[in-house]
Amino acid sequence: MFVVIVGCGRVGSTVARSMLREGHDVSCLDEDPEVHARLEVGLETSWEDAGGQFTVGTALETDALDAAGVEKADAFVASTNGDNTNIIIAQIAKRRYNVPTVVARILDPLRAEWYEKQGVKTICPTNFAIRMLEEELMGTAGDG
Amino acid sequence: MADRKYMIVIGAGKVGWNLARELIEKGNEVTLIENNRDSYLTVEQELEHGVQYGDASELWVLERAGISRADMVIAVTGDDEDNMLICQVAKEKYLVDRIIARVNNPRNRPHFELLGVRPYVSATDLILRVIEHEVPDYGLVHLLDLPEERLEIIEMLLTDDSRVHGQRVGDLNMPAGSLLISVLREGEGGFVPGPDTVLEAGDEVLAVLDPSVEEDLKAFFGPDGNGS
Repeated sequence: MFVVIVGCGRVGSTVARSMLREGHDVSCLDEDPEVHARLEVGLETSWEDAGGQFTVGTALETDALDAAGVEKADAFVASTNGDNTNIIIAQIAKRRYNVPTVVARILDPLRAEWYEKQGVKTICPTNFAIRMLEEELMGTAGDG
Repeated sequence: MADRKYMIVIGAGKVGWNLARELIEKGNEVTLIENNRDSYLTVEQELEHGVQYGDASELWVLERAGISRADMVIAVTGDDEDNMLICQVAKEKYLVDRIIARVNNPRNRPHFELLGVRPYVSATDLILRVIEHEVPDYGLVHLLDLPEERLEIIEMLLTDDSRVHGQRVGDLNMPAGSLLISVLREGEGGFVPGPDTVLEAGDEVLAVLDPSVEEDLKAFFGPDGNGS
């Protein structure tokens, strides 16, 4: 599978390495060139020697998306630090590039819920945190 | 006032602030939303309760501003993603009748189109259009674009080597889907040509057309056309 990951912070870069380790082709796009170093954390070789691809560019620029190879992607991950950027580029990947699997990380539960209903596959880490905190607290309350 | 509308303007930068001020002066009810605390406090001194503090891409902020009863949402922040998202949500979730989005980077225009965020306004494009208008040898100038209706009005200068100058309007074989509507001539101003009007070099011709025949029309009036 060929995976394009846009936004390589802690989440994006870790998912990128795992996918590469699983034998998939991975192409990363980030506007910050320094992110390349983060991709290589824990690798014996350079990101490129490990088989990865890295493009510096803004997620919304069609040129950057083209350079990252979105038109050939089997899966697309939108994991920049901006909810709105992720929502917009996920829709671009789906509608313009017809990528079969598109996932967007959205921190705001309300936006995540609505866009999920609109057919954008979303992951909302905030909801996980809320649920886990609630379970912890309710559990404690139950014990006491 | 009968045509008093409720309008929500997102982004209290220079564009948003002045826009809100003008819309209020015209008698509309306006709420301006700004997510930068300092900008908000500055604008609040003038607009008071007409401005709300918050990130308008958070749905509850839009709901607090009363988006469900808004007649129009105008997103003019400096961030194209925000403008696209806010307008998409306004239109598709809250069923707001009219939206207007600001395009900051003209290269993002196709994304606005793709997401159905229309109409949009790009200051860069507007200035480019003025430049085209001011520099006549630019060829064809767009005066009005109605993409949904598939209509546009253009202006074109007939140069000395234009194939149509010296011809009667009644003899012109204009490309199908286009119509000559006016001629601007030095010394005579603008007028609606009749069949006996003879086109002259230096005339500026105005035509209404289907956008798909634009290239044909450009060639028709231009030096390389088959103006016969």
